[in-house]
Amino acid sequence: MEQHAPGGPYGPGRERWFDEAAGPIVRPYAVTRGRTRPRGEPLDIVTILVVTGAPPAEPGRLTREQRRLLALCRRPYTVADLASELELPFGVIRVLAGDLLDSGLVAVQRWTSPAAAPHTDQNLLRRVLDELRAL
Amino acid sequence: MNSARSDRPKDPANGRADPEKEEQDGPRVALKILVAGGFGVGKTTLVGAVSEIRPLRTEEALTDASVGVDDLDGVAAKTTTTVAMDFGRITLRDGVAIYLFGTPGQERFWFMWNELSRGALGAVVLADTRRLTASFASIDYFEEKGTPFVVAVNCFDNADRYDAPEIRNALDIDPRVPVILCDARQNDSAKRVLVGLVEHALRLASNPVPTGVAKPVEGPLEGRLR
Repeated sequence: MEQHAPGGPYGPGRERWFDEAAGPIVRPYAVTRGRTRPRGEPLDIVTILVVTGAPPAEPGRLTREQRRLLALCRRPYTVADLASELELPFGVIRVLAGDLLDSGLVAVQRWTSPAAAPHTDQNLLRRVLDELRAL
Repeated sequence: MNSARSDRPKDPANGRADPEKEEQDGPRVALKILVAGGFGVGKTTLVGAVSEIRPLRTEEALTDASVGVDDLDGVAAKTTTTVAMDFGRITLRDGVAIYLFGTPGQERFWFMWNELSRGALGAVVLADTRRLTASFASIDYFEEKGTPFVVAVNCFDNADRYDAPEIRNALDIDPRVPVILCDARQNDSAKRVLVGLVEHALRLASNPVPTGVAKPVEGPLEGRLR
């Protein structure tokens, strides 16, 4: 469970550090500058993101984590895989990736029409079934 | 590795890449399957038996009073909770990947489930015959959300054996919901659970009934539900 830094939650301008051996050094939401919610529509945990190739308007403003996200998203990457790869909580990745999305640096990859829900796509389900059986 | 950006993903309608390259190109379709169940029921074991398991954390604000607020003032008063999820991926051909999320079954984690169950292919409710009541909350949840689910009974060595009809009866679930006895440690057995779930999802997709039916429905529909 969450290890709270002594003295309770962090506040404006007071990023707290803690040194739990197994835990992150920076409080997770410090890398989002305290924001816990993305600006736009929250990304699903299996949303696939890919770089657009557009150059960042202000490269200096990108955080280290965002630069890592951009590097990974040179190929399509799900939000879950990004979170696991960067060892940051899903909620944090969602905020960081949401900003990259807003600034047009990454885009949501849509292979099917947005209306097509995978769980009701019979052709897709049949394919998945065949492959699962063959695994 | 692919270096040039000339290999940007193509629309599936226009031509296909070769399978190896597709693997490198990352998933084109990502499907979610939830594995829900009480503490110690074998979620980690099941996910680990069919996929490479990796750590994934989610950190959630416990209050939602400041949804949409992105300044620090909204955060200062909040506490967050960390939830570790079991996370596994099965990569199939043609850029299809199945993502497995093992989530704690207790109601206090439902904020996470709402997120995970949206658009999910389905869910596995992992049950232990020694503690069947621990599965009730999960079953209620997926019934209410209309998420296709199967009940997988993890047959622990020292637990009494019951057959599927007995368990179905004890759980009082819709007769269409598959009850699958499994050994979560075995790859084949765990795979059979997933196959059972996708078969069930396919049956529902090809013969849809209204979802989210929590109460008995009057009229001709009732016959179909019984």
